[in-house]
Amino acid sequence: MNLRQAQGRGAAEERSIRRFLPALVGVVLVAFMAMLPLLNLSLPGILPTPTYLPGTLALLSLCMVFAALALSYNLLLGSGGMLSFGHALYFGAGAYGLGIALEHFGVPLWPGVFIALIGGMVIALVTGAVSMRVSGIPFAMVTLAFAQAGSVLVRRNSQVTGGEEGLSLNTAQVPDFLIGVVNTRNLYWFTLVVLVLVYLVVLWVDTSRLGHLARATRENEQRVRVLGLSPYRVRLIVFVIAAGLASLAGVAYMLLQSGTVPRSVSADLTITVLVMVVLGGVGFRWGAIVGGVLYTLLDQRLTVLAGSEAIAGLPDMLRIPLSEPLFLLGVLFIIVVMFLPGGIAGTIDAAVRRRRGEKVRGSLRQLDDADDSVETPAEVRA
Amino acid sequence: MSTLILTLITGVGLGALYFLVASGLSLIYGLMHVLNFAHGAFLTLSAFMGWMVAQALGTDSWGSFLLSVLVGAGVGAVFATLTELVLIRPLYERHIEQVLVTVGLSFAAVALFEGIWGTDPIHIGGPPWLKQTTDVLGARIPNTYWVLMIAAVLVLAALVLFLQKTRYGMIIRAGVENRSMVTALGIDVRRSFTLVFAIGGAAAGIGGVLAMHYSTFVSAHLGQTLLIFAFIVTVVGGLGSLTGAAVASVLVAVLQQFANFYLGGTGDFIVVILLALVLLVRPTGLLGRKA
Repeated sequence: MNLRQAQGRGAAEERSIRRFLPALVGVVLVAFMAMLPLLNLSLPGILPTPTYLPGTLALLSLCMVFAALALSYNLLLGSGGMLSFGHALYFGAGAYGLGIALEHFGVPLWPGVFIALIGGMVIALVTGAVSMRVSGIPFAMVTLAFAQAGSVLVRRNSQVTGGEEGLSLNTAQVPDFLIGVVNTRNLYWFTLVVLVLVYLVVLWVDTSRLGHLARATRENEQRVRVLGLSPYRVRLIVFVIAAGLASLAGVAYMLLQSGTVPRSVSADLTITVLVMVVLGGVGFRWGAIVGGVLYTLLDQRLTVLAGSEAIAGLPDMLRIPLSEPLFLLGVLFIIVVMFLPGGIAGTIDAAVRRRRGEKVRGSLRQLDDADDSVETPAEVRA
Repeated sequence: MSTLILTLITGVGLGALYFLVASGLSLIYGLMHVLNFAHGAFLTLSAFMGWMVAQALGTDSWGSFLLSVLVGAGVGAVFATLTELVLIRPLYERHIEQVLVTVGLSFAAVALFEGIWGTDPIHIGGPPWLKQTTDVLGARIPNTYWVLMIAAVLVLAALVLFLQKTRYGMIIRAGVENRSMVTALGIDVRRSFTLVFAIGGAAAGIGGVLAMHYSTFVSAHLGQTLLIFAFIVTVVGGLGSLTGAAVASVLVAVLQQFANFYLGGTGDFIVVILLALVLLVRPTGLLGRKA
């Protein structure tokens, strides 16, 4: 074997390592997460209790639910380039759909989950088909309006949804192993499965022809149309898939919290998810997961901090801002958008690529460029 | 007959309130292509400031009422100007990030307002006349609606005069039409961005103080609720069109009142259906320019 062949083989090996490394890391990470309920690890300051106790498991499950939701939103914003302000509608549809199916139709759990998912996707199909009549910023406004209508419906029809009080899970229809504090670890495993499932679907969409087309549509819609393909249909399919995944996250949320409140349909939640995705890095699947987990942990920790005595002793000027977790998160969000436009994942990715001497991509800025090319001029008339 | 008139006039009054919020949004979008989520925060802060002024001077007098409206307009304008200078300008031409920044601002601002003024709505008194009603053809119209209408007409007239008759108004209209040409003529368009934000903030501020008197309370979420209707109004009217915003606010609000009264409180829902219909038939909105 001569030297060049050896070098060639070495490069090929390095390439295949580079290709399989993320998958390997993913598998190891999932295996580790699956083992957590059996281990006794403590992370004081981040997790409230050792990992085998329900307190930490519930918090981690919530992190995973929001990571799944953030992943589905990243599919919409990162891959599809659609800035939607109504994503919470489908999350809420999953949560409320399951609750209503169990409470009012009296079906067992799994058919109930199925009904919730189908319900969420049908709502997405109808609202998506209408809101995609416009694109860019108007699209954001219209999706917001639809979500608001959903939120109003939930608040008004209190016989079906429980109104402001929220809807609690009808535990008679749920298998025993998913109920109660004792079984938190089963719920934890369930949400882990949901997260992995959502990840795999998103990965599949991103690497499939559909994802390719979605990215092409994001970059240059006219070009896609010239090729004889339908950008509208591509966007709608991605929208419905993302909504279906959000519904799945909603189902997991319902089971985990054994109930849901109108906040899960509100514009507030969509904005929260947007913050997670931008914080993690738009266009990066692992970024969405990191963003979802980080946000949930921060929210939880900052709330604890807000109630602590150290804060209560401060003068008003400092005490009031510091005792509002959402204020701190909002400021953090503004700072990330202004000074770290790639989010966590984008910044790390850019640093790694720069070291390798590759071209750096800025996902948010790419979205903007695509947005500018299709923008229609508006006019002020008086 | 009298309920019909009542519903109609209260609808127009509510539309006037929507217009006060939507006019700024529409102008800002038309010139800068920024969807300003923080508009609700401008409105809420103005309402709180107006409330403090009215509280300090005694709520019954007309003098304190007018002063609170003026203070509201000023606070809205200052808050909006600062937002433009500090948050929007560094992200010049990057529209999605500009939207995200305003989202973050409204997120943080609402939380801060809750921290300062509490989560419960604060009730407010006003001049006694506002609590009374006026008889119109047998319908008893609450007087707050007249105030809303007068304010909206004044703001609309001022905006039209400003855009048509002044040099800056002309620059703004030209900037909307063709920004690069205006820049090429040696005019700093960015100054008009700040101006548009200030005007929009002032209109929202007036709207905030009046919305407080209309609903007789002020809370940290006052702005967010109105903002969503303002979004609907701007899309229905056509983004960037001031006349469109005026027509659509009245249309949306009247429809909402009628549905609330005759269709069992489905007003909010009907408005969204109207939005869907307008988008299906005319995606650019009622008076929006064709692409």
